[in-house]
Amino acid sequence: MENVAGDFRIVEEPKKPMAMEPRKFGMWLFMGSVVMLFAALTSAYIVREAEGNWVYFDMPSIFTISTIVILVSSITMQWAYWSARKDNLENTKIMITITAVLGIAFLVLQWQGWVQLVANKIYFVGNPSGSFLYVLTGVHALHIISAVVFLLIVMVATYRYKVHSKSLVSIEMCTTYWHFLGGLWLYLFVFLLLYR
Amino acid sequence: MATIDIHPQTSTHHHDDHAHEHEHHHGNFWTNYIFSEDHKVIAKQFLITGMAWALIGGILSVLFRLQLGFPDADLSWLKPILGGWLTPEGKIDPEFYLALVTMHGTIMVFFVLTAGLSGTFSNFLIPLQIGARDMASGFMNMLSYWFFFLSSVIMFTSLFISTGPASGGWVIYPPLSALPQAMQGSGLGMTLWLVAMAIFIASSLLGSINYITTVINMRTQGMSFTRLPLTIWAFFFTAIIGILSFPVLFAAALLLIFDRSFGTSFYLSDIYIGGEALPNQGGSPILFQHLFWFLGHPEVYIVLLPALGITSEIIATNSRKPIFGYKAMVGSMLFIAILSFVVWAHHMFVTGMNPFLGSIFTLLTLIIAVPSAVKIFNYVTTLWKGNIRFTAAMLFSIGLVSFFLTGGITGIFLGNSAIDIQLHDTYFVVAHFHLVMGSASFFGMVAGVYHWFPKMFGRMMDEKLGYIHFWLTFIGVYLVFFPMHYIGIAGFPRRYYSWTNFETFSGFADLNMLVSAAAILTLSAQFIFLFNFIYSIFRGKAAPANPWNSTTLEWTTPRNPGHGNWPGEIPTVYRWPYDYSKPGAKEDFIPQHIPYSETPESNLPHENELIKLELNNGSITVENKDQKH
Repeated sequence: MENVAGDFRIVEEPKKPMAMEPRKFGMWLFMGSVVMLFAALTSAYIVREAEGNWVYFDMPSIFTISTIVILVSSITMQWAYWSARKDNLENTKIMITITAVLGIAFLVLQWQGWVQLVANKIYFVGNPSGSFLYVLTGVHALHIISAVVFLLIVMVATYRYKVHSKSLVSIEMCTTYWHFLGGLWLYLFVFLLLYR
Repeated sequence: MATIDIHPQTSTHHHDDHAHEHEHHHGNFWTNYIFSEDHKVIAKQFLITGMAWALIGGILSVLFRLQLGFPDADLSWLKPILGGWLTPEGKIDPEFYLALVTMHGTIMVFFVLTAGLSGTFSNFLIPLQIGARDMASGFMNMLSYWFFFLSSVIMFTSLFISTGPASGGWVIYPPLSALPQAMQGSGLGMTLWLVAMAIFIASSLLGSINYITTVINMRTQGMSFTRLPLTIWAFFFTAIIGILSFPVLFAAALLLIFDRSFGTSFYLSDIYIGGEALPNQGGSPILFQHLFWFLGHPEVYIVLLPALGITSEIIATNSRKPIFGYKAMVGSMLFIAILSFVVWAHHMFVTGMNPFLGSIFTLLTLIIAVPSAVKIFNYVTTLWKGNIRFTAAMLFSIGLVSFFLTGGITGIFLGNSAIDIQLHDTYFVVAHFHLVMGSASFFGMVAGVYHWFPKMFGRMMDEKLGYIHFWLTFIGVYLVFFPMHYIGIAGFPRRYYSWTNFETFSGFADLNMLVSAAAILTLSAQFIFLFNFIYSIFRGKAAPANPWNSTTLEWTTPRNPGHGNWPGEIPTVYRWPYDYSKPGAKEDFIPQHIPYSETPESNLPHENELIKLELNNGSITVENKDQKH
C-alpha cells in the first residue's frame, strides 16, 4: 500500500470512500437514533398541542444564556480539535478544559432554568405542555451528561499526551458528538420558542 | 476532511493486527463461551435464548387456546404449574388469560422473532458472508447479548410475581397500562415490562449499530455491494429500520413511565375511577398509539426481512439456480423498508381519525403489496424449472413463501380503511398477522437453523426428523390460522376470555376446538425439532466443509471455524453469490472466491474482461492516469 502504484489502484476492491473508522461510523449511527428519539418527542409535542387544552409557558430567560454557553463551547471544542491536529497540545489542553467547564456550566444553567420554571408555576406534573418542556430539556441534559463524561475521558487522555495529530479518533468523535448535542439544543430551543 | 491522510494507514494496520491477534486467541471457559466477543458464539447464545423463549411463548399460547377451544374443560391437572391462576372450578383466571395473551405477543414479537432471529443470523452470517474476522466491535456485540439476557431475566421474572405479568396486550395501550389500579397486570408486571423493554431497546440498538458498521466497513476485497448475498442485504435493511424505529418506542415508553410513576398526563385525561376523577388532565391516549405504531409497523419488517433474506439464499442454493431478479429483490426490500415508516396509522383506522387521512394510509399500505408480490414472484421463478433439492431448510423456505402469500392477501383486506371497520380487532386480524409475520418469520428462522446448523456446530441435523417436523408444523399452522379467518369474518373479537355469554358466538365452538387441537399438535411437533437440534449438536453426522454445495464465503471456512473465522488470509471475492448451474461450468456451482481466470469455460464475454483485473492481484495499475486529467 505504501508504494506509488498504490495510489492508482482501481476499484476492484470494496469501494473505500464510505469506509470510516468503525467506531466513528457507529457514533454517527448512534446520533441517528438520538435524532429519531427527539423527532418522536417533538412530533408528539406538535400532535398533542394541536389537540388544544394547552397551557402557554414563558421560556425561562436563562435558557438564552445556556444557548450562548453551549455555542461558545462548540467553538472551543473545535479549537481544541484543530490544535490537536496541529500538535499544539498545550492549547488543546486549555481549550478542552474550557469546553468541559462550559459543558458543566450549561448543565447548571439548565437546572437554574428549571428552578425559574417552577417559580413561574410550570411543573413537571400538570398540563402536558410543561411536562413536555421538562422531558425535552431533561432528556437532552442526560445526553449532555454522557458527552461531558466522554469529554472528561478525552481531556485526561490529552493531559497524558495520548491525543495528537497521529491519534485523533477519540477527540474527533468527541467533537462530533459535542457539536451534535449543541445543534440539538439549538433545534430544541428554536422549536420551543416557535411552538408553545 | 482532516482524516484523509491518516486513514489508509490506520485501516490497513487495524486489519493486520486483528488477524494476527485472533490466530493466537485462546481464552478460558468464561471468555470463550460466556462473555465471548466472537460473533459465532454470540449468535449461538442468541439462538439458544431465543429458542427457550419460543418454547415459553408457545406453551403460553397453548394454555389460552385450551380456554378458547375447551371452555368447559377441567384444568385442575395444571394446578402444580399454574397454582393460583386457576379458579377453584379448574378454569384459567380471566385476568391471567389476558396476561397469557399479552406475554405470548411480547415474547414472540420481541424476544423470539427480533432478538432470536436478527440476533442469531445477523451475528452469525454478516462476518462470515462478507469475509470479516468479526463484528466491528466485539465488545458492543457482547454487550448487546447481555443486555438482551438481562431484559429476558426481568421479563421472565414478571411471569412469576403474585399480581402477574403485564396484561394490557402487547401493544400496552394507555390508559389500561398507565393506571396501576386498572387491572392486576398493570401494577408491578407492567413496570417490569417497561424496564425489560427499555433494556431490550438498548440491546437492539447496540446490535443494529454493529451490523450496519460491519456491513459497510468490513467487507473483504472484491465484496462490492452488488456481490452481497441477499441475506446480508436483508440484515442491513433490518438494522437500519431498527435504528430508526426503536428510539421512537423508547420515547413512547419514557412518557408512559412518567405517566405511571410521576403523575404526568401525557396519555391521561378525564378518567373516573369509582366515580372519582383522577387529577390527570389534558393527555391523549391516541398519542401513544401513534408513537407505538411508528415503531410497531416497522417492527413487522424487522421481524420479516431477515426471514426473507435467509429464504432467498436457501431457495437459490437448493434450486441450483441463480436467484431470479437479484436487483429486484434488493430494490423491493429497500422499498418495503421505506414504506414501513409511512403506514403506521392503518393500525388506527377506528380511533376516530380523519377519513381522508385514512384513505392516504390505505393507499400507502396497499402499495406495500407491490414489492411483496415482486418478492413472491421472484421466489417462484427461482424455483421454476430448478433442479430442486428438498432439504428440510428448503421445505421450510417454501413454507415461508406459502405463508407470505396467504397471509399477505388478507393484508389487502385489512389495509383498507372501510373494510377494517368490520374486521378490526377480530380473529381475522389474528389470522392475518400470524400467517404473514409470525409463521412466515418463524419458518424463515427454522429454515436458517437447518441450513446453517453444519456451520454452527460442525454437524448435520437429521433430515428425516426435519421432514416430519416440517409437515406437522406446516399442516398444523394452516389448521390453526385458516379457520380463524372464518371466525373473524363472523365477528369474533380477539382477546376475549369467553364467548359463551353471547348467543351469537356459540356457533363456532367446534371450529375453535379444532384450532386448539391443531395448536397442541403444532407445539408438540416443535419438540421433534428440539430433540433433533440437541441430539445433532453432540451426535449428528460430521458435516462436510460445504454440505449444500453453496457459493457463499462461510463455506470456505474450516468445519469448526475459530475466532477470526479463516485460519489464513480472508478469501477475495470475484463474483456474485448466485453462480449456480452456470452453462459450461464443470460443477453446478462456482463459489464466490473462484476467480474468472479459473473458469474460462463458463465465463460470459464481459466476465473475460474482468480477468485482466484479477491478473494484477485484484487491481490494475493505470500508468497514465495523470495525463488523462
